Amino acid sequence: MKKRALTVLVVLLSLMVFPAIVSAQEAEYVTKADLDGITTMLWLVVAGALVFLMQAGFAMVEVGLTRSKNAVNILMKNLMDFAVGALAFFAVGWGLMYGASSGGWFGTSEFFLNIPTEEWANKMRDWFFQVVFAATAATIVSGAVAERIKFGSYLIYSVFISAIVYPVAGHWIWNAEGFLAVKGFHDFAGSTVVHSVGGWAALVGAVVLGPRLGKYVKVDGKIISKAFPGHNLTLAALGVFILWFGWYGFNAGSTLNGSSADIGHIAVTTTLGASAGAVAAMILSWIWFKKPDVSMTMNGALAGLVSITAPTFAVSPTSAIIIGLIGGILVVLSVEFFDKVLHIDDPVGAISVHGICGVWGTLAVGLFAEPDRIRQGTAGLFMGGDATQLGVQALGVGMVFGWVVVTMGAVFLLLKAVKFLRVSKKEEQQGLDINEHGADAYHGFQIFSNM
Amino acid sequence: MKLITAYIQPHKLNDVKQKLFEAEIYKISVTNALGCGQQMGYTEKFRGVDIEVNLLKKIRIEIAVNDDFVKKTIKAIIDGAHTGEIGDGKIFITPLEEVVRIRTNETGTVAIG
Repeated sequence: MKKRALTVLVVLLSLMVFPAIVSAQEAEYVTKADLDGITTMLWLVVAGALVFLMQAGFAMVEVGLTRSKNAVNILMKNLMDFAVGALAFFAVGWGLMYGASSGGWFGTSEFFLNIPTEEWANKMRDWFFQVVFAATAATIVSGAVAERIKFGSYLIYSVFISAIVYPVAGHWIWNAEGFLAVKGFHDFAGSTVVHSVGGWAALVGAVVLGPRLGKYVKVDGKIISKAFPGHNLTLAALGVFILWFGWYGFNAGSTLNGSSADIGHIAVTTTLGASAGAVAAMILSWIWFKKPDVSMTMNGALAGLVSITAPTFAVSPTSAIIIGLIGGILVVLSVEFFDKVLHIDDPVGAISVHGICGVWGTLAVGLFAEPDRIRQGTAGLFMGGDATQLGVQALGVGMVFGWVVVTMGAVFLLLKAVKFLRVSKKEEQQGLDINEHGADAYHGFQIFSNM
Repeated sequence: MKLITAYIQPHKLNDVKQKLFEAEIYKISVTNALGCGQQMGYTEKFRGVDIEVNLLKKIRIEIAVNDDFVKKTIKAIIDGAHTGEIGDGKIFITPLEEVVRIRTNETGTVAIG
């Protein structure tokens, strides 16, 4: 026993002395820049992997909130929009987004990852971190167009959003030379770049496709909205947890710097925003529908996350709670408004969660940004600033809305014109799984939907 | 009194319910069923390998009615479920000996409605 203790002591002592000898011999020190390089490489690849996991979150939320006869189709859509989108982002998307800017509107170089050797390592890291964001924007649409879009036309849409629509909007805001970036538009992790782009594409898709059969029924001259309950709320809840988990990569990774002292701050505001969103949506649904509604509350958590995505860096924890609370209330009102007033059929609430709360989060920067935290741009209206930042934020919101509606509108209308957009009535009634994929999600179980 | 049992395509259930409602028949029991007939089944694929599905998913509807409702009920089911394709289903009509309403102990034609 005594012998072993002695050995341990010798080993410990030599460990303490050894590094000193090495550094004295080589006289080589790790500089701050080296350390930043190492931590950033690790942080962005890990954070990117967290964001990738959000694909699973979207898949589970969407599959859970729709009917069992379309489960295979939803899973295929969520898998393939990433796969197809990653190839498109490699070929065209990255170049349009981060290539040399043409007047601040779109990039013109680095297509097919044609990158000089000296920038190789860092650009590979950055491409990986960006491709998962592009895929997040693309996959948002899947839920809104669920249960009626043809699989083939969804693949075509995926190519367009990942190759052109998302990268150009991203160029305006996240490329240092982008015209909105130059104006001081602040969207830290992508309330507008990612979520609004996906949300507006979802809106256009849902409008052009039209509602699912039997969703809006005319009774005595009045249109009534029917509920199609999701077939597995357990999976939907798992999806929300996965999304929330992945969001720590989404927001905190957007420091783009592994040695950043702000990572903790961002994790805190992200957590508080999401929690406040869930609480607000639960309370509102409790008062309005008499019961705390589960899927509305889950939408509320996601709404809080989307809302805090742009301001996560620039606002205080207290402001994050206010932003989340408003996001949670907005999402419930918005879901009801799109469903019961506009009669736009969005099975999972993607338009409200990502489109509407994306706008709110972006504008919230102009209201709540702390003067000492916002780097580009000016302090928010409620934090001693004036309306300048709010104006810039509103300009960006409007430009991105216009761009996405026009381009995605063209794609979806073209697909509709060639009769490739939507499955036939009978296919929709029988379910997309059996007709589009010849498969059954729950083989051997007596689960089937008659709605 | 008759017991009407019908097997229909699952995706036609809503149409049948609608037609029954229009014919003022407000009672129905529905069960998920598996079965086969002339339709002979179809093939699914799992990892490129064919699966012969010969027990098809069907919906079984049961409605117990008084004699004067039989024709109306059958017509409503046909109106809702008919497409003209193989697999539309069948309707079986069987005589019903007795009906008892558990709550009141009523029997016969009063208990049925």
